Amino acid sequence: MKFSESWLREWVDPQMDTESLVHELTMAGLEVDSVEPVADRFSKVVVGEVTACAPHPDAEKLTLCRVSAGTGDELQIVCGAPNVHAGMKSPVALIGARLPGDFKIRKAKLRGVESQGMLCSEKELGLGEGADGIMELSGDAPTGTDVREYLRLDDSVIDIDLTPNRGDCFSVLGIARETAVMSRLDLSWPSLAAVVPATDDDFPIEVRAPSACPRFCGRVVRGIDPSATTPQWMREKLRRSGLRPIHPVVDVTNLVMMELGQPLHGFDLEQLHEGIIVRFAKPGESLTLLDGRVVELEEDMLVIADHSGARALAGIMGGENTGVTEATVDVFFEGAFFSPEVISGRARRLGLHTDASLRFERGVDPEGQRRAIERATQLLTEIAGGQPGPLREVASESDLPRRVPVTLRRQRLAAVMGATVEDQEVERVLAALGMETDSTDSGWTIDPPSWRFDIAIEEDLIEEIARVHGYDSIPETPERGDVVFRPVTETRVPENRIPQCLMERGYQEVVTYSFVDTRVQSALFPSVSAISLDNPISSEMADMRVSLWPGLLGVLRQNLSRQQDRVRVFESGLRFELEEGAIRQVPTLAGLIAGPRYAEGWSANPDSCDYFDLKGDLEALFSHTGQAHEFRFEAAEHAALHPGQSARVLRGEIEAGWAGAVHPRKLSSIGINIPVYLFELTSDIAFSSIIPEHREISRYPAVRRDIAVLVDERIPSELLVKESYAGGGPLLREVRIFDVYRGDRIDSGLKSIALGLILQETSRTLTDGEVDDIVSAVISRLERNLKARIRD
Amino acid sequence: MGESTESPAAISELLETGLREVEASQTAGPLDEVRVRYLGKKGLLTQQLKSLGALPAEQRPQAGQAINRAKKALQESIDARKQSLQEAALDAGIAAAAVDVTLPGRGQMRAGPHPVNRTMGRMEEIFRRAGFAVYSGPEIEDEFHNFEALNIPEQHPARAMHDTFYFPSGHLLRTHTSPVQIRAMRDDGVPIRMIAPGRVYRCDSDQTHTPMFHQVEGLVVDEGISFANLKAVLHGFLETFFERRVELRFRPSYFPFTEPSAEVDVSWGEGWLEVLGCGMVHPRVLEHVGVDSERYTGYAFGMGVERLAMLRYGVDDLRLFFDNDLRFLKQFC
Repeated sequence: MKFSESWLREWVDPQMDTESLVHELTMAGLEVDSVEPVADRFSKVVVGEVTACAPHPDAEKLTLCRVSAGTGDELQIVCGAPNVHAGMKSPVALIGARLPGDFKIRKAKLRGVESQGMLCSEKELGLGEGADGIMELSGDAPTGTDVREYLRLDDSVIDIDLTPNRGDCFSVLGIARETAVMSRLDLSWPSLAAVVPATDDDFPIEVRAPSACPRFCGRVVRGIDPSATTPQWMREKLRRSGLRPIHPVVDVTNLVMMELGQPLHGFDLEQLHEGIIVRFAKPGESLTLLDGRVVELEEDMLVIADHSGARALAGIMGGENTGVTEATVDVFFEGAFFSPEVISGRARRLGLHTDASLRFERGVDPEGQRRAIERATQLLTEIAGGQPGPLREVASESDLPRRVPVTLRRQRLAAVMGATVEDQEVERVLAALGMETDSTDSGWTIDPPSWRFDIAIEEDLIEEIARVHGYDSIPETPERGDVVFRPVTETRVPENRIPQCLMERGYQEVVTYSFVDTRVQSALFPSVSAISLDNPISSEMADMRVSLWPGLLGVLRQNLSRQQDRVRVFESGLRFELEEGAIRQVPTLAGLIAGPRYAEGWSANPDSCDYFDLKGDLEALFSHTGQAHEFRFEAAEHAALHPGQSARVLRGEIEAGWAGAVHPRKLSSIGINIPVYLFELTSDIAFSSIIPEHREISRYPAVRRDIAVLVDERIPSELLVKESYAGGGPLLREVRIFDVYRGDRIDSGLKSIALGLILQETSRTLTDGEVDDIVSAVISRLERNLKARIRD
Repeated sequence: MGESTESPAAISELLETGLREVEASQTAGPLDEVRVRYLGKKGLLTQQLKSLGALPAEQRPQAGQAINRAKKALQESIDARKQSLQEAALDAGIAAAAVDVTLPGRGQMRAGPHPVNRTMGRMEEIFRRAGFAVYSGPEIEDEFHNFEALNIPEQHPARAMHDTFYFPSGHLLRTHTSPVQIRAMRDDGVPIRMIAPGRVYRCDSDQTHTPMFHQVEGLVVDEGISFANLKAVLHGFLETFFERRVELRFRPSYFPFTEPSAEVDVSWGEGWLEVLGCGMVHPRVLEHVGVDSERYTGYAFGMGVERLAMLRYGVDDLRLFFDNDLRFLKQFC
């Protein structure tokens, strides 16, 4: 909501400067977005009258003008504007003037002809964008007067960001009411006496949708002067409210809308057939709007029609064929109260966002229609003459918003605010806001004014009191409450420990968008169906991620391109799956490593990282559960992963995630040319934990025996360990793999694995015989089940 | 020799020679050879003792004493020499093991949290210590939890202001973490003191907006909760967060789910910066979850995590947070 400070001050003029006024508005809940001077700095520009025009002898596009500027002799000015003509008034920058941009006006020769000043466009004065021609001032502008003074340019445009509940402030009147309340002043209304009809000219009005349009007011004004122009003061007010002057009728309706908050529409009466009908659109009906667009109407859209069809989109925009033109002499003013529900959403559906729809959606004063039409009639007849007919109104009282009295309890007010406000102050605030107030034993019963349709419940009043009385006056009071214990589970790894563990191991945490590039994601997960957004920002952010990998690979690619050759990153967040039509939002942890194992250093191993670096990090994570032994890595294929370096991570028999090298083909398709290793875990499965339970430790020494076995190289080492435990029995406490060998010294197709067997009994020292028996049992089990041979 | 016992002068000479040899030994091996040569079973001095019997009886004690004195002296010299050789060897080893202590250490270097999560974690910790429970909820939400239950009905203008991402199913990406309030109150009832940190989404992307960002929403509902309590909590939080005194300015505002509502500015340099929105929970929100709004009152607040992170760490471009440039992220160890 944009308006000029001087307009506001016509209504209420608190003794404070612009800065304080703006502060007051902001603290009343009307957040001031910006304050701009209405014009840039300039000087020595006066109202000039072009008395004569003649073509320039040497330049086709230039005109020689005689200009009277109250400086004694007439000035000779060369002007290039197409719209210059004798008799017009326009701002003249005199010799010595300074224009915005520190542009100085000097005596000059233009194509050999002396020019003693410059006729100015809006843009040259910093008043607007108009640069097509020089600015035309009203015919009654006093020649020689300083333009700043004449146009009252020492003024500011205030732009307020209104909250959706304060539709009543979409007008200078509304802002003035709030200003008056805050500064404890009264409003000075312009004279709004009812216009005395000059004729009994009438136009029939029929409202077929009374609940959608509970009040419709109309008036005929016949015989306006089609050559009348909008006066300067009105043009300036409109301009400062961000509106362009168009036609006296349109300008008057816009001015009244800005002033009183009631959108009006002026029809060219001659184009209307027989009478007005307010109804919902019919199937298949269409309408050409004022802006030339043709819209297909839907049956929930309210229209202003005549007997030939829809003529305007109610509360949103007028139609092209019935709008006023330069030929219009008879006007029909329409001012209605449309129910917000009927307007809301329609404009947006049509891609229209008009000043009228904005106001109707938020709600206009249901009592304001007559006043607005009277005001418009008064202004139009002042400008363009004409014979007003009687003001006609069709209203359905039962459909108008009901004013329901609201109760305010003294005790509730104090309880919600946490502060006591004196009765007298409560009553002062309510009265200032236009509320009719009755005292009761426990507080007050209040009739809100018609424009405050947002006041419906007690809290609405509490807010008003708190706001006007001042949030500043409410103390800060610490709460008191019971000491409450909430469950703290030990059956999950504490939240911070997993990210901490990864960070300590060199993984930087990243945060990537939850929506990813469809193309990248479907290349990695061709068989997983993602959930797509209806209205994505771009195709790179169109699908919800089914995995955190697309985001991590994006981070890798970005950082490789920024000379970061060693990347270790992780992210935790939700991934989104569709499972038989149901959306699953799964807390997930994922990580990526690429580049050298260690940062380059004098003693660092310079090798590239590999699968086992990743796996070691995962094993460290799993140790936090206290149940590391439950996790297994099983060779399995994954579309995104290298077929020979890909593992499904199992916890017991449940899939907890995946780990492996990214498939080289997938890598090259996204432009990465170094090996990359990824893991992803479903947090709820991977990070449930147990409460540790103490077991006795042995006081007797452990015995270690090492064996080396030759087995088929396809046998997973995990199986070897498992079979060893099975063969060794309970006294075999630990099996360590301390060497793996493939090569010349053994047959191809075989590998040699060296196992360290650790044996221990808790109650005594094991004898050599017992140890030998256990080792033999292990060996024979490996020989029997895995065709292993002992290597000497 | 051997058969004859030398004169005292000869013994003394033997000792002198031995002592010289001890001194000449540079390592443990030659030193031991000296010991064996003089003091071993067949050593030169030992032999002297054995041949005492050849002396007249009256000379024997004196000669024996002389020999024993010589043996003792030599043994002491050997021991001392051994000790000093060991010390020297140890010193040499120590000298050889000197390292350049200024060389960098070895091993995996650690990394850190994302600045947004670092900030959110800090916010969580502050609220936890003040007795707030931390809740989370789904990011793909339905209209009911994101809007209706928060008193934002279908045609409400506030809906249009939320720039919502929708799915064909009618689901949406939550535009705030407020739906978690609804779920928390319905699941756990009141009284409640909670915060809900997490990701939120708005269909908006420019210099000062990213389509995803983070919020911490707070809710307290109990008997006797007032706007004055809200003011105290927010002031306490912000001073704890910024670790300094700040002034707050509560400006009247509007949110469909609170009333009265306020936006809060914090004093920053010469002026004010908006940091959060808050208010007293709207009675209709309480009624939606079956809470008696006559008996219970509450307050709610919502703050942007990126906003606080930017202020706290001096980050001047929101988009840096989601660019994930490691050189940027590593500053927030």
